[in-house]
Amino acid sequence: MESLKAEGVKDVFGIPGGANLPTYDALYDADFRHVQVRHEQGGGHAAEGYAKASGRVGVAFATSGPGATNLVTAIADAMMDSTPTVFITGQVRTELIGTDGFQEADILGATMPFVKHSFAVTDPRQIPEYVHEAFHVASTGRPGPVLLDIPQDLSRADIDYLPRTEPVELPGYKPSTEGNIKQIRIAAKALASARRPIFYTGGGVVNANASEELRELAGSDRFPVTSTLMGLGAFPASSDRFLGMLGMHGTVAANWAMDRADLIVAIGARFDDRITGKLDEFAPHAKVIHIDIDPAEISKNVGAHIPIVGDVKQVLPKLTREYRALQTDSGRLEEWWSTLEGWKDAHPLYYEAGKDGEIKPQFMIEALHRASQGDAIVTSDVGQHQMWTAQYYGFDKPRRWINSGGLGTMGFGLPSAIGAKVACPSEEVVCVAGDGSLIMNVQELATCVTEQVPVKVFLMNNGYMGMVRQWQELFWDRRYSSVDMGSSPDWVKLAEAFGAKGMRCESSADLEEQMVAALEHDGPVLMDVRVAREENCYPMIPPGNAARDMVEAPRGAVSG
Amino acid sequence: MEAGTPQVVKLEDLHVAGQLSGRKHILSILVENKPGVLARVAGLFSRRGFNIDTLAVGPTDDPSVSRITLTLDGAVHPIDQVTKQLHKLVNVLKIRDMEPEETVAREMALFKVSSAVENRAEIIQFAEIFRAKIVDVARRTMTIEVTGSADKIEAFERMVRPHGLVEMVRTGEIAIGRGHD
Repeated sequence: MESLKAEGVKDVFGIPGGANLPTYDALYDADFRHVQVRHEQGGGHAAEGYAKASGRVGVAFATSGPGATNLVTAIADAMMDSTPTVFITGQVRTELIGTDGFQEADILGATMPFVKHSFAVTDPRQIPEYVHEAFHVASTGRPGPVLLDIPQDLSRADIDYLPRTEPVELPGYKPSTEGNIKQIRIAAKALASARRPIFYTGGGVVNANASEELRELAGSDRFPVTSTLMGLGAFPASSDRFLGMLGMHGTVAANWAMDRADLIVAIGARFDDRITGKLDEFAPHAKVIHIDIDPAEISKNVGAHIPIVGDVKQVLPKLTREYRALQTDSGRLEEWWSTLEGWKDAHPLYYEAGKDGEIKPQFMIEALHRASQGDAIVTSDVGQHQMWTAQYYGFDKPRRWINSGGLGTMGFGLPSAIGAKVACPSEEVVCVAGDGSLIMNVQELATCVTEQVPVKVFLMNNGYMGMVRQWQELFWDRRYSSVDMGSSPDWVKLAEAFGAKGMRCESSADLEEQMVAALEHDGPVLMDVRVAREENCYPMIPPGNAARDMVEAPRGAVSG
Repeated sequence: MEAGTPQVVKLEDLHVAGQLSGRKHILSILVENKPGVLARVAGLFSRRGFNIDTLAVGPTDDPSVSRITLTLDGAVHPIDQVTKQLHKLVNVLKIRDMEPEETVAREMALFKVSSAVENRAEIIQFAEIFRAKIVDVARRTMTIEVTGSADKIEAFERMVRPHGLVEMVRTGEIAIGRGHD
């Protein structure tokens, strides 16, 4: 506990059980907040939401065996999205390890493929040291999850805590942060030669708190910017330099810009398959400057012509300085901008307006933007509603958009909203949920009520696992297999049963007004928003296709 | 202007550094001697789809450090990506991609060969040619210890196989950098 306090921990999420009883006994007297969640997966995602909203390390506790295995999805999720988190699991007593003891599971082995690092405590005196090392590894370099597994008898031992005076030193762990200045100079000169450059920015910019530095660099000339799903908000969506999100459900302008660019500057992004589409045909004319803190990301999927390994917060100002010093004529970018503007005008995000009060999902997100003044922290589950939120909410600030990008974990939205609200109690925290996803961690409504975490859940209810249905419609000949969610549950009654406020909205006419009422309510709210059932999420790069083959929403046709 | 940075960088002059080397690589990896380290290394290879050809683990002159020597095919895997992924493991201290001309590499193998009276002399002769040692003799078999490069061991295998190879055990290669005067 002392070690955690020394790391500045103010809040943790978890559930007690046999093997971590000693830890929970110590919590009884500790002066930080423990949020008692209802399922360990919820605790894990809450820790992630906490970390993503605040930038501080998120912490979750679980007991041994099933408690620990329930954390596995959250740990894998934190790995994929580089979320700084520390997971502390109880383990059976030392003498029982390896005997298939009650509630024994090899959680270290189970999570090895998707932790940044993990520690098995074998001596109680290791605990303070390992806690500090865990926080150091989780929060520095490319952030990620660290697991600390402590057998029950060892967490019980009384040891003296000696405050740490030296910084953590791990001989095999030394992230490079500065960026090679020669490479940065070459990059600046390549930018000066580029006639069709584009900045492709990712979650690394958010993690590094480098929004300001990105804006400076983009402002050093007329550079267009596109962002991945994870990077949204790092560059303001309302800026006229912003082309929108790229990738499978990105904008036409952003994807075509990548396709035609002569120079891509990848900043804290990893050329995921949802970005590149068909790899062989990705950005065929472009040279690549790749700036990333993780050297293994460089040339992993797409070869980098100018690799720069470093913390983007340190590298970007140097690149800005070097580029400015070249005093390049921005006139060379005029032709590129007229092309880009042409694409933006001809291919904006588009949806057919709902008729007779029908709520289109895109309209719902626009209404939420207005109702929350575009300034809420928004979490989401995974699916169509996630893509629509990314497309239509228009994030202007970093750490406002919290979702499961890499792993694509349904059920992420509600618990991560709880974490975000605990981290940032004075901010409005809303969760845009899908009906397929919400049910997967709906038990956390109880956490919202009993722990008084007033998050507002706006359920985009189309009665389907919508994204799977869309794929079945488009690529599987409309053979809808196991995607219809039926009419269960009654979400309003469910919310009320948990002690939260339940609301329902079925008409676009009063949606915004009701949303304002939900946001003004001083406790947790679940609003069941009935949206058009078979709306598809466009534009879309069909799987296995290249960016230039984007498909747009059919115009004039009646959807569904 | 700084040395090493050209005045103008033309995009058409930029290239991606080569990825596949096309040859066998020996990686000599120093790791912290802690529980689970081998599982982390082996797990990383299987998860990323890298194939290990041989693997040898042993202590070093420092008891807190172990050495993992592994060989893999650079025609199939980008070695650069393999070493970068390995470096991400916190317990991995140092990785050396051994340069073939600068390296002495050795492997040991034990061959149990069926040795009837009529072919015994020939097998003993093979062993002498290969500077191998006969370490066990029974009525129907002989066990021979061979040390050398992987190529040499494979050559020996080809020689004795027609006589009836009962069993073969190989250690996997270990390697050390050549000394410099």
